[in-house]
Amino acid sequence: MVSVAPLDLSGFVVAAAFLKGQPAFASGDGAVLLLTDAGERRIRLHDGGLLVACRTLEGDALLSGGDDGTVRRLGADGTVETLAEMPRKWIDLLAAGPQGSLAFGSGRSAMVRQADGSVKDFSQARAVGGLAFAPKGLRLAIARYDGATLQFVNTAAAPQQLEWKGAHKDVTFSPDGKYLVTTMQENALHGWRLSDGQDMRMTGYPGKVRSMSWSAKGRYLATSGANAAILWPFFGKSGPMGQQPLQLGARGDQMVTRVACHPDEDVVAIGYQDGLVLFARFSDGEELLARRPGAGAVSALAWDDGGTRLAFGTEAGEAGLISL
Amino acid sequence: MTLSQDSKIPVTVLTGYLGAGKTTLLNRILSENHGTRYAVIVNEFGEIGIDNELLVESDEEIFEMNNGCICCTVRGDLIRTVENLMKRKGSFDAIVVETTGVADPAPVAQTFFMDEDVRAKAKLDAVVTVVDCRHVLQRLADTEEAEDQIAFADVILLNKTDLVTADELKAVESRIQSINPYAKLIRSERCAVPLDEVLNRGAFDLERILSLDPHFLEEAEHTHECGPDCDHDHHHHDGHDHDHDHDHGHGHHHHHHDHDAPHSVKSVSMTAGELDPQVFFRWIGDMTQVNGPNILRLKGIIAFRDDPQRYVVQGVHMILEGDHQRDWKDGEPRLSRLVVIGRELDFDALEIAFKACEA
Repeated sequence: MVSVAPLDLSGFVVAAAFLKGQPAFASGDGAVLLLTDAGERRIRLHDGGLLVACRTLEGDALLSGGDDGTVRRLGADGTVETLAEMPRKWIDLLAAGPQGSLAFGSGRSAMVRQADGSVKDFSQARAVGGLAFAPKGLRLAIARYDGATLQFVNTAAAPQQLEWKGAHKDVTFSPDGKYLVTTMQENALHGWRLSDGQDMRMTGYPGKVRSMSWSAKGRYLATSGANAAILWPFFGKSGPMGQQPLQLGARGDQMVTRVACHPDEDVVAIGYQDGLVLFARFSDGEELLARRPGAGAVSALAWDDGGTRLAFGTEAGEAGLISL
Repeated sequence: MTLSQDSKIPVTVLTGYLGAGKTTLLNRILSENHGTRYAVIVNEFGEIGIDNELLVESDEEIFEMNNGCICCTVRGDLIRTVENLMKRKGSFDAIVVETTGVADPAPVAQTFFMDEDVRAKAKLDAVVTVVDCRHVLQRLADTEEAEDQIAFADVILLNKTDLVTADELKAVESRIQSINPYAKLIRSERCAVPLDEVLNRGAFDLERILSLDPHFLEEAEHTHECGPDCDHDHHHHDGHDHDHDHDHGHGHHHHHHDHDAPHSVKSVSMTAGELDPQVFFRWIGDMTQVNGPNILRLKGIIAFRDDPQRYVVQGVHMILEGDHQRDWKDGEPRLSRLVVIGRELDFDALEIAFKACEA
C-alpha cells in the first residue's frame, strides 16, 4: 500500500532529504520545511534564493548554496551555520564529501572546504558544471567545459584531465569508483572508465539529462531525459559499453524529470514533467502509482535510509511524503 | 499551448558598444518605480551602483554545440542563470540580459531558440541596441560587431542625440537604416525615454517588424514614431483598401545596399502568395544550411496553401524556429512575407527561390 501526505511549500522545491530520519524540503525562495517529531518548522536558510542543496554523507545535516553568496548548513536540530562565502556570487553547485568536507562552485569557481574550515581553490578556465567526490579518498571530480578534472584535495599531485568536447554539467562516480559519468549540454551522458580513460557515450535521449541515481550496489545508473527512466547497466567488465539500457515507467507524452533508486531493492522512483510519481521494478518493469499528476514537474525525490519513505517536491511548490 | 506560451518570462537583450549608455539604462531599469520587477544579468557590476538581489554578474561562456554546425553557439552562463532564476519564479516579472560591448549578439539570441529548457521557460522579447550617436559611424567603420548589434536589433535607442547636430543625427539614422530598416528607432539623451517604449515591447513578435515598410521609413520625418502603436495606417498592410501610390511598381521587395561598404549588412523584404509547405521547408532548410553564417536575422509570416493558420518563422544563422500563430482573419490577404538581414547574400536569388515556393 502507498499513502501520500501532501505538504505546501513556498516555492520551487530544489531538494528533499531526510536529516536523521526527519524529512526536509528546501525551496527556491530560501526557506526549508523541516518535519520534526514536535511538528513542522519553517527555517529561513538564505537571505535570497536557495539554488542548490544536498545532504551530508553522515545524513545529519542539509548543505545549501544561495544567491546571497553563502554556503549554509542546516543541522537536524534546526540550527543554521554559515560555512563559506563568495560575496555577490550565485552558489549553484554543491557536493558533500567525506570527513565533513564539501565542495561548492559558481561560474568557473570550484572550492573545497574541509572540516577545519580551510578552503582550497580548484577553479577552472571555463565553466564548471558539476562537482562530485570519489567514494574513496578525498578526491574531487570537476565537470567542466570540454571534459572533467580529477583532483586530490590534499596532495600536490597534478590533476588528471579527462577530455571530451562540449559542456559537461552534473557529474557522478560509480559507487565502486571505476567510472565517472557526466550529463552534457547535449542530450547525452558521457562516461570514462577511470582505469584506462576509455570514453563511453550514452545517447538517444530526446531531452537533456537532469537527474542521475545509482541503484543498490551500483548495478545500474538511472537517468531522466526521456519519456521513461533509462537505466544503464554498470556490472560486468565493460559497464554499459555495447549494452542496451533498461527502460522503465514509459509514458507516451510525459518526460521523466527526476529519478531516485531505492537504497536496497532493485526499484526506482520516477518523477515526471506533469508531477506524477511512480515506482518501477527492474526485474519485470512492474509499476506502482505513487502520486497523481499535479501543478508542476517533479524537481526533487529522496528516499529515507530504510527505503520505506520517499520525499518528493515539484517546481510548483508542491511536496509530500510517500510511505510504502 | 497559448497559455503555456503566455507564462514564459520575457527576456530583453541589451547590446551596444562600450560607452553607448547601457549602464545608464540599466540603472534606470533597476532604480525606477515602473511596476515591473526585472532580474538583470550583467557581465560586470562595474558602475552599476545599485545593490539588488536580482542583479547577477555572469561570465560570458560561449558553448559550441556538438552538432557539426559552426555557428551553433549558445551562452552557457545564460542557460545556467535562467535555470537558477526559475527556482525563484514569482519574485520577478522579466529578465534583462546585458552583453559586453564587443559581443556578437547571435549566441545570446540562439540560446533562447536552441536550449530546450530555456525555451520552455523564457522567450526573447526584444534585442535592444543602445547607440552613441557621436561615435557610432566610427565604430561601424572599425568593427563588424557594431554592425551586427544593429542588424540584430528590434529596438535601437539612439542615445546622446544632444551631442550631435541635426544633420549628423540624420546621417546616423540613415546609416543605421541601411543596415537594419526593420528596427524601431528611438531618439534619446542620457537614455531618457519611457522604459515601456524599450522593454516588454513584444518586439520579437514578428508582426511589427514585418508590417513595417522600409521605404516608408526612409521617407518619414520621425522614424521613431513608427512602432506598433503608430496611429497612421501603413500602406503595406497587404490590404488593397488603403493603397498608397508610392509602393506599387516595385512590389514589396526592397534591397538595402550600402555602396560604401562592400561587406556590410544588407537586408531584403520579400513577398509571395500562398506557399507549398513541402517546397518552402525544403528550400529554407537548405538555404539556411548553406548561408547560415551570413544570415544574421530572418523573420517571416507565411501563408500555406489550405492552411487556415498563419505560420511564423524566425531564425538566427542556421537556427530556424517556426510555429502556427493564429487563424487568418476574414478578408486578410493570404500573403507570405520574409525578411532576411545578412552579409554577402545573393538577394536576387533568394527572391527568385522564395517566389518559387508558391503553391
